[in-house]
Amino acid sequence: MTGANGLGKTTLIRTLAGLSAPFVGEARCDGAVGLLDERSGLDPEQTLGVALDFWFALDGVDARDIILDKLRLTNLLEVPVRYLSTGQRKRAALARLLGQGAPVWLLDEPLSGLDTASQESVCELIIEHLGDGGVALIASHQPLDVPGLQTLAIEDFVVPLEAPEGWDA
Amino acid sequence: MIGRMLRRDLAQFFPFAGGANGGGGAGAALPVIFFVAVAMLYPFAVGPDANTLARTGGGVVWIAALLAAILPLDRLVGRDIELGHFDQLRLRGVSEEAMMAVRMVAHWLSFGPPLILAAFPAAALLQLEGITLHLILIGLVAGTPGLAAIGLIIAALTASLRSGAALSGLLLIPLALPLLVFGAGALARQDQASLGFVAAISLGLVALAPFAAGAAIRAVR
Repeated sequence: MTGANGLGKTTLIRTLAGLSAPFVGEARCDGAVGLLDERSGLDPEQTLGVALDFWFALDGVDARDIILDKLRLTNLLEVPVRYLSTGQRKRAALARLLGQGAPVWLLDEPLSGLDTASQESVCELIIEHLGDGGVALIASHQPLDVPGLQTLAIEDFVVPLEAPEGWDA
Repeated sequence: MIGRMLRRDLAQFFPFAGGANGGGGAGAALPVIFFVAVAMLYPFAVGPDANTLARTGGGVVWIAALLAAILPLDRLVGRDIELGHFDQLRLRGVSEEAMMAVRMVAHWLSFGPPLILAAFPAAALLQLEGITLHLILIGLVAGTPGLAAIGLIIAALTASLRSGAALSGLLLIPLALPLLVFGAGALARQDQASLGFVAAISLGLVALAPFAAGAAIRAVR
């Protein structure tokens, strides 16, 4: 899903996730939904290992070490989340998403803040998820190296609001 | 799942409960330090006369408990909304009401029992003993869950406001007045019956708080 800032990509993702109510109509998503946005959901006061283990325990994750290894987080487990870089936090949030095992992924700017190697890893994870029969709706300003993605330009579905009379901003 | 959520919430207040590293654990100690500090300073302000302290000390303990309950409110709900913690729980099928019920229990455990234990040194500093100490302890056992419930509702309602922390304190004081009036009133009359009102108000607030706070965090999402 592509589109200029402020047209409602994040709102659409949150609505599909059931976190925001639509103004009209109904939004429904069949199956468990995994959400990745700019917020990691990880407690900054805790070490990465403790913070991730909370979500892994809730999700009943067996493959903890495999997930951590895949996202190159094993060496960071003792580091408090508040000391992690933006990219490391994003990778940690991806680990949480993988552990959830939801068939539907809603990803809001999954590549932002990531270096080239991490961006390639994210694309590989998405390819793997789709290959396993999963579904992903991705809002991104950056092109993703994922074959078979369909591009949805949100401009085609959104009617921009006219500025009220006398509105200069 | 509820047990894990409770342990994680407690880790915000007690570093040993869940591997918090750094400033997260300071939250549990502050209300107790504040509570004892008030009891310590009061005799310096009014003098060491035993009769004066016996007549007014119980009320001071209640006021100190009420003000101490304000201290953890700034981090109680707003921080986890910003982190996206509640969103992730919602995606796992946990209702907002369940999240808030767990948070209320964790909040009470972080300051209620520590305040009740701190009431012993506070009472000694204020020269309160016998039936007065007994009534203070029962009053705090009955009243602190109500303070936790009011605190949770206020923290959820003010979570999205820029100066929510300051507003929390202002809102908690009038809402907690019934607990203060009946709790301190029991001490003035040396009568345990008033504490029944404290317990009833507390129970009502505890039953209401998860729904009110749950609706509040749903609205700010």
